[in-house]
Amino acid sequence: MFSIEVNHILKTYGSRAAVNDVSFNVNQGEIFGLIGPNGAGKTTTIRMMMDIIKPDSGDIKVMGEKLNEESKNKIGYLPEERGLYKKMSVMDSIIYFASLKGVDNQLARHRGEELLKRADLLPHQNKRIEELSRGMGQIVQLIITIIHEPDLIILDEPFSGLDPVNTQLLKDMIRDLKKKGKTIIMSTHLMNDIEELCDRLLMINKGRVVLYGNLTEVKSNYRNNSVLVETVGELGIIEGVIGQNRHNGAVELKLDAKTTPQMLLERLVKKGIVVNRFELSTPSLTEIFIKVVGDEHE
Amino acid sequence: MNKTFLLIKHEFLNTVRRKAFIILTLAFPLIALLGIVAGQVIPKMITPTTTIEKIGYIDKIGSFNQGIDENNIQLIPYSTEDDAKAALIKKDIKEYFVIGTEYISTGLIHSYTLTSEIAPSTTVQTVIRDFLLNNLLKGNTADVIQRAKSPLNIASTTLTTAGTPASRQGGFSALILPYIFSILLMIAIFTSSGYLLQGLGEEKENRVMEILLSSISPKQLLAGKVLGLGAAGLVQIIVWLISANFLMKIASATWGNVFGSLQVPPDFLILGIIYFILGYLLEAVLMAGVGSVSPTAREGQQMSAIFIIPVIIPIYFMGLIMEHPENIIVKLLTFIPITAPLTVIVRLGLSSIPLWELLVSIGILILSIWGLFVLTTKLFRTYLLMYGKRPDLKEIVRSFKEA
Repeated sequence: MFSIEVNHILKTYGSRAAVNDVSFNVNQGEIFGLIGPNGAGKTTTIRMMMDIIKPDSGDIKVMGEKLNEESKNKIGYLPEERGLYKKMSVMDSIIYFASLKGVDNQLARHRGEELLKRADLLPHQNKRIEELSRGMGQIVQLIITIIHEPDLIILDEPFSGLDPVNTQLLKDMIRDLKKKGKTIIMSTHLMNDIEELCDRLLMINKGRVVLYGNLTEVKSNYRNNSVLVETVGELGIIEGVIGQNRHNGAVELKLDAKTTPQMLLERLVKKGIVVNRFELSTPSLTEIFIKVVGDEHE
Repeated sequence: MNKTFLLIKHEFLNTVRRKAFIILTLAFPLIALLGIVAGQVIPKMITPTTTIEKIGYIDKIGSFNQGIDENNIQLIPYSTEDDAKAALIKKDIKEYFVIGTEYISTGLIHSYTLTSEIAPSTTVQTVIRDFLLNNLLKGNTADVIQRAKSPLNIASTTLTTAGTPASRQGGFSALILPYIFSILLMIAIFTSSGYLLQGLGEEKENRVMEILLSSISPKQLLAGKVLGLGAAGLVQIIVWLISANFLMKIASATWGNVFGSLQVPPDFLILGIIYFILGYLLEAVLMAGVGSVSPTAREGQQMSAIFIIPVIIPIYFMGLIMEHPENIIVKLLTFIPITAPLTVIVRLGLSSIPLWELLVSIGILILSIWGLFVLTTKLFRTYLLMYGKRPDLKEIVRSFKEA
């Protein structure tokens, strides 16, 4: 069973299709990246998954069924537009929102304390939300998102506005959740941010799917037959190399169509060049995105 | 625990803990109490000092000799106008008046003073009148003279068709009760529904809405908010009603002669609460509709005037409602849901309302609340998350059809 099945959803605002015939599945226990530039339709897609807005057509199944009150209790949702009651204290907010997910107050307080401790925010538990810094508020909001230990966690732009320390904290928390077998869907317009986290991804642009699949497969599909090497001494001219690009210390070698990376390595070794680093150059998600969208334009 | 109930509890507690709410709830009883206490204390403070004023008179008829000493005013007879004038100029007397020979046929009395005044003071007038009556009715018993001074003292009783005294007796208390209560009812309705509108606007602005909707349905959200704030409003009304009962006892003791005995009849209480609940629910659902289509709390507040003004309409028709409760316009106001609560409260103070009219009015109210609730949940869902954009009328109508 998939955690989420999205079938041909369509949502139009006026004459503009915000989400246009989008389909994808999310497997249980994976981290799924929903990526695309601003305004691509990520948030609209997520809101439809959460049944906050209804698609014009198409259907969505969450954990095998249409979203209902019971399945809502198994989902943790961090909206893109963050917000909590400003005048409420941190702990009261945690307990109140947990209660709306069916968690009793004592358990919520207990888990809340643990999570706050982990984020070094326990001393702030009685502060009002408005007294927190932006980053702290965001961490508190993430705690509220996972306080009921949901099976499926949907994070809309979780890293936006976070400093590096909090970003790392959040990434660690996400990895922990995955270890516990939770399914995580993350959307972001900062594509390189989540490369290291995602198992699979859906890339959308202007409401349409442009890429969908396993991260490593996607990357290898878009490999441009070049290799990054770091060597001692000059390389000189090597057969099969049609271009060289310097990237701080390393050199990216572009190979012609007949040459494989394996052949290049053999030639380097034959020439007696000391190789400190030899790796297939895979494009970043941003590069892939630009390539895909660029292709579409052509 | 049921999620709607959680929301009701949250909204209720959040509201009754607000400073503004507490102040407003306590302000009315306190202000009223202050007024009553002031009514008792101030007259005592401003009672004039007991200096005796002297007023001279000249009796040209010759039979006005029944002296009088009333309200600290002493009447002093003078034989000629010149004597009186001299005494006035010397300030021995404050003023003097002349009973001329033609007085019996004309009733004309000439009065002379040193200071100009708009009209002789009522105290002076009363003293002179009583003096004249005493003399005109000379030979009658003191009781008869007293009656002539104050011949009419009406005690009217409204009877039922069965010939027994009716539960409502009209009079000043019948007027003041509906008046005060219609205002209190209005304030309670507007306060709670205003909080609803404000709350929705805030949740929209601080984006809590989306988190709420990821846990509960729009219907639960709306029902929880409306009922939670309504419960807070009900507490407010009940505090007012209880303190009103208490205050009226004090007021009756103080101003019993003006108000008669003020008391809140039980059916007035019960219907008052029923109409508060219905009036509030109607207004709350309307406000929720306004709240969901307006992008900010402030804009919502401005738009809400459309639904506030009609509630007050019965106040403008108060005279009509009081004097002609059977008028067709009054009946209409009783049936139109948005004007019904205030109209019924005002009518109740004066006469009983036929049961069928009450039932029809309550029935229409309940149906419109239900209908509007269903429509509003649809609006809610469509527009709640449209930040910074207000839909035009055409879009709203379309969303009713689609939802």
